[in-house]
Amino acid sequence: MTEPARDIRDFILARYPHVQLDDDQDIFEIGFINSLFATELVMYVESTFSVLIPNEELTLDNFRSVRAAADLVQRLTDPREAVS
Amino acid sequence: MTQLTTPHPSVLGREAARDFVDRELLPVADRFDADRAIPREFREAVAGLGYFGANISPTFGGAGASALAWGAIHEEFGRGCSSMRSLLTVHAMVAWAIERHGSAAQREEWLPRLASGEIQAAFCLSEHEAGSDTAAIATTARRVAGGWRIDGTKAWTTGGAVAGLFLVFAQCDDAIATFLVPAGPATVPVPVDDLLGTRASFVADIVFDDVLVPDEARLGPRGFSSAFLLTSILDVGRFSVASGSVGITQGCLDASVEHSTRRSIGGRPLADYQLTQAKLADMATSVVAGRALCERAASLKDAGDPASVTGTWMAKYFTARAAAQAATDAVQLHGAAGCRDSHRVARYYRDAKVMEIIEGSNEVQQLVIAGNLRGATGR
Repeated sequence: MTEPARDIRDFILARYPHVQLDDDQDIFEIGFINSLFATELVMYVESTFSVLIPNEELTLDNFRSVRAAADLVQRLTDPREAVS
Repeated sequence: MTQLTTPHPSVLGREAARDFVDRELLPVADRFDADRAIPREFREAVAGLGYFGANISPTFGGAGASALAWGAIHEEFGRGCSSMRSLLTVHAMVAWAIERHGSAAQREEWLPRLASGEIQAAFCLSEHEAGSDTAAIATTARRVAGGWRIDGTKAWTTGGAVAGLFLVFAQCDDAIATFLVPAGPATVPVPVDDLLGTRASFVADIVFDDVLVPDEARLGPRGFSSAFLLTSILDVGRFSVASGSVGITQGCLDASVEHSTRRSIGGRPLADYQLTQAKLADMATSVVAGRALCERAASLKDAGDPASVTGTWMAKYFTARAAAQAATDAVQLHGAAGCRDSHRVARYYRDAKVMEIIEGSNEVQQLVIAGNLRGATGR
């Protein structure tokens, strides 16, 4: 069983190990992150949590922080969200 | 009219692609290059074999090839003719975008026609004053009643002179958006007829003269999604170029081995000389190393692994440089014969140079690869 926030945080820190990162920090303000890493982050979320992120969820705000990305995973994997 | 001499039941394997390239493409590729065109009949034959739909899901009539299989196909086509491979590349980039980000209606409308090759697709990003810098795109999409009006000129559009569908990046309010634009009277191709390489790939500037498209023509939302879409599409193209560059290197090796064993100097085959052997050894090693990098990237793609992005950059960086070096050496080995524009190795030489520039130049590849290291070191 994976814990999305932890896994997403670990993925970012694996690439940027010198960054001090808390779950609400805006990762696009770190300075090194570019569109390529953003693409890798989207791919990571999709492959790790077995989700396909729909166009309407591919927003900057959904990947702005560890918590935002984890919340996105929660929404996409929560069957109650699918019902609603 | 091109007549295929052998039925090819499968497009999914390297062997079928190699057989097609050897029998049908290599014998005519130099003529295509000289004519600066690939005849419609030949493109239809390629479509009939399913190669235009190789990366499209079977649901929509495609072959659903894995990245590993697709890369092998593009390597073989690259060995045969970079122009034909380039047409397949841009077509696949657009198909991928529609399948991944299109609405159900867009997928149903376009993918079966793209899979069959009934129409060819082209990718419209670059502009003369913007290059591929999306922030500087001047082509606009203005909201009007019932849809959008697209106005501007796209540059260096591979396949643009024969495409039936364009994927267009345009400025829309304060963000970049993408549109599916069918070719028509208001989409005017201006062929670029003095290219250094990939001369038969129908490169054209495309003038979008106030083209009206309906609301449903927009592909995906604006903003971040468009940036993700662009990065992902270019990744598809970059992987094809990397694979095709391995094909160029293999082609250079094949031509050089044949020439150096047949051509004698001082009563001995050219291949007997150690300086010749050094060049052949470098080419052979580059083929194996480049193919390994492409297959690694493909395996990562097939697994959905984000490391495939950097893996593809590395593959393209290595293979494009290797192809350019191999082509330089191949021309050198062929001597004066290789300096004729009509010679196969001269075509490889010109095409290989293009591979060092498109889908991210060598220098951009270096910056991206090093940029990842910079992130890791925090400097």
